[in-house]
Amino acid sequence: MGLLLLRRALSGAAVIFGVLTLMFFLLRLAPGDPARLLVGPAATEEQVAAQRHALGLDRPLPAQYATWLGRFVRGDWGTSIATGRPVARTLAEAWPATVRLVGISLVLSYLLGIAIGVLQAMRGGALDTVLSVVTVTLFALPGYWLGLMLVMVFTYQTRMLPAFGAAGFDADFLTGWERLADRLRHLALPLVTLTLIGLGGTARYVRGAMLDVAGAPFVAIARAKGLSPARVAVRHVLRNALIPVLTLLGLSLPALFSGAVFIEAIFAWPGVGRVLVEAVVARDYPTVMAATAVSAALVVAGNLLAEALVGWADPRVRADAHGTVGAR
Amino acid sequence: MGGPEGTGGRARHGGSAVRDGLWSDRRAVFGLAVLAMAVAVALFAPALAGDPIAQRDIVATRFLPPFSSDIHGAFHPLGTDRFGRDVWARLAYGARISLGVGSLAVLVSLIVGVAVGAAAGFWRGWPSTALLGLTDFALALPRVVLLLLLASLWQPSAGLVILVLGLTGWMTIARLVHGEVRALAVRPFVEGAVGLGASDLRVLVRHILPNALTPVIVAAALGLGNAIMLEAGLSFLGLGVQPPTPSWGNLIASGRDTLVNAPWVAAAPGVALVVVVVGATLLGDAVRDRLDPSLAARRAA
Repeated sequence: MGLLLLRRALSGAAVIFGVLTLMFFLLRLAPGDPARLLVGPAATEEQVAAQRHALGLDRPLPAQYATWLGRFVRGDWGTSIATGRPVARTLAEAWPATVRLVGISLVLSYLLGIAIGVLQAMRGGALDTVLSVVTVTLFALPGYWLGLMLVMVFTYQTRMLPAFGAAGFDADFLTGWERLADRLRHLALPLVTLTLIGLGGTARYVRGAMLDVAGAPFVAIARAKGLSPARVAVRHVLRNALIPVLTLLGLSLPALFSGAVFIEAIFAWPGVGRVLVEAVVARDYPTVMAATAVSAALVVAGNLLAEALVGWADPRVRADAHGTVGAR
Repeated sequence: MGGPEGTGGRARHGGSAVRDGLWSDRRAVFGLAVLAMAVAVALFAPALAGDPIAQRDIVATRFLPPFSSDIHGAFHPLGTDRFGRDVWARLAYGARISLGVGSLAVLVSLIVGVAVGAAAGFWRGWPSTALLGLTDFALALPRVVLLLLLASLWQPSAGLVILVLGLTGWMTIARLVHGEVRALAVRPFVEGAVGLGASDLRVLVRHILPNALTPVIVAAALGLGNAIMLEAGLSFLGLGVQPPTPSWGNLIASGRDTLVNAPWVAAAPGVALVVVVVGATLLGDAVRDRLDPSLAARRAA
């Protein structure tokens, strides 16, 4: 198991390295000469050439790449073109907010999604049909639109919940319970939005996995032994259905992260997604690059966590340290 | 998904399969009806709706609620926006962009995914390892982050959105095709074709691929919903199709500013989007269950 996780960690590092390489070459492929941009339209050709030399853009591409990668890996991400602040500091402040939002909504949407999926698979009939319609609708909802509709109802019409930021303007003057309540009120709408859109996909998947397992011979034996339907569903069917569901957890992380980008932009949630969207709109390349790398790193870290969970749920994976989890 | 076991059909189990057939038919019928209606609205937008961009007499015609007529006698089934433009007309013309961009993006994904998956499944050894590694790598990337990166480097346009959505959406298809091709490559009819002296490419394209493509339909249907949603997301952030050309995404974005006094401007395109994506998803579900009778029987049991 430890060996397997080490292998996965190495392949995760390879993914991050791949992302950085891809970013570097995309940046070089993109139209627009940064040297010309910096010196302005009135500059002479000599000035442009001097600027190119100063930026190192006249060196061979592999050398440029090595220098850039070396700086990036050391955390030297430069300063933001838009705000003039060090990019590393902006992102260091942003990533905990994203992890908080994505993490809590991941746990909530999985708990609720698994509960709904199990209920559908166990009960069937009209309830299953109704819940299928609900989950496919949630699955099809764009997060940013659902967010807007929730803002319309809960912020503008009933004035119950705030729609912007992670804390109120007076947050610094609040203490104890009031401070916590303020935080929770700000968390409510983004969290509910992200959880609802994640829940549909999970419930759909759990229902399918449960029904797949329900036909297996060992389930029939468990029933024949006279176990109660609830016990069969939870101890025999769910236990086995959870393995593909946990594998899906790792695979669905990039999608959840993508959803969070929109949610953060809508609710002005101070996370990596908002930093990214604002930097993209302002064409602030250093920040875009770093935010992309941080997003990829967070996804890889989440994948490792999911991998460890699969190992915990499935003894076969623990025993088979040489096997690949992806092989099905 | 897509393992060798996916290709062997199993006999259907009488009544349960019929019951499941009815339910899957309902899903398929709903999905097809929704998609056909959306395509019809997009195609016949000029006949069904007025000018989506014209703004006459803004003060008198802006922010009209749904089902109202303005002082010039024009009827607005979905109301008007802050420039007095008809929301229904913008929705109908927006369908052209949203459906068009979505389906072309899926087409790009299909071409790349089938090519990568077929090559990886057919030529074992290092080409297969390299292509599967590439697929896993692409799967691990947060798609929206990559889309944003590309949209920031190049000028946003419908063409860029198609290309970028297509190039970030092929991985599921590649995995499916890879599994199918691998399983088919060892079947007797393939060995027969090889024995008759057919070239590698001919065996792959003429004999294997036609048999491997059915599950791809499912992935394409699900991918279409996803692509439409992402196009809208990019346009919503101002990085996709640019106004005044209407797309469902930038319609939602423009409605965001008038959420308080004209909520219908943002609500209408969102509802249209959800209905179409639900339709595509249900159609995909129904086709998948049809293609795998053993699955259908088990699910109905």
